[in-house]
Amino acid sequence: MREATLWTLHLAAGVVILVFLSIHMGIMHLEDVLTALGTGYRDALGWASVVMRNKQLYFTITYVILLAAALYHGLYGLRNILLELGPGPTAVRVIQGILILLGASLFVLGTIAAIAAYVR
Amino acid sequence: MANGSQTGQIGLRGWVYAGRFGLERYAYTLHRITGLGLLLYFLMHICVTSSRALGQAAWESVMGFLSHPIFRIGEFLVYVAFAYHALNGVRLILGELGLGLGNPVRPEYPYPIAHRRQRPLFLALMIISGILILAGGWDFFVTKH
Repeated sequence: MREATLWTLHLAAGVVILVFLSIHMGIMHLEDVLTALGTGYRDALGWASVVMRNKQLYFTITYVILLAAALYHGLYGLRNILLELGPGPTAVRVIQGILILLGASLFVLGTIAAIAAYVR
Repeated sequence: MANGSQTGQIGLRGWVYAGRFGLERYAYTLHRITGLGLLLYFLMHICVTSSRALGQAAWESVMGFLSHPIFRIGEFLVYVAFAYHALNGVRLILGELGLGLGNPVRPEYPYPIAHRRQRPLFLALMIISGILILAGGWDFFVTKH
């Protein structure tokens, strides 16, 4: 794939992350602030709350979208940082191979966990 | 591989030495450091949160382990990194799209610097980032201490 396309995908993934991770961070880490404003709910990490989110298709789908976007954005960013250090062609192929394998493995793990939690 | 003196690259030193590039160069360095920190956390986070698929006992065991204060502080640092990286990222994407930089002008001395035109936006985003960090700090350490 052309580098310009990969870079554009990196930016697009950043926008997706901005939206969904902001919601995630709000639910997880601003629950008392949001509750004080009358919009939040408490104990986001409690099992009942986790199950409630797991059983909603919206959360499952957005989780998988966020997972894909964040893995791509993060690992592509890391790849660019490593390539800036000027490795040779073989090292570039090794770096890219490892990062693709890592990203694909974690995407499969996270997706299986999300689906298993949804159907459980 | 050409050495740095031939290419003008200064390698890792360029991460911490802004030289004449000023504030935005430090913003770049912090963006990179927070990005690497967030990525490291995220890769572990996927494995940790996947335990919810194994049921309540597995989930509560993991959450119990992570309730140690050292992990709470680490989690807050992740939140701080997110608040900075996300809002600085908004500036970078706007800049990438050519927004907020002004129209191109003839290069006449003293040369206008596009970054200066974007600096008010940068400062506004950093104020929002600071407010989010304070709100998160209140949630992390005051209401849940």
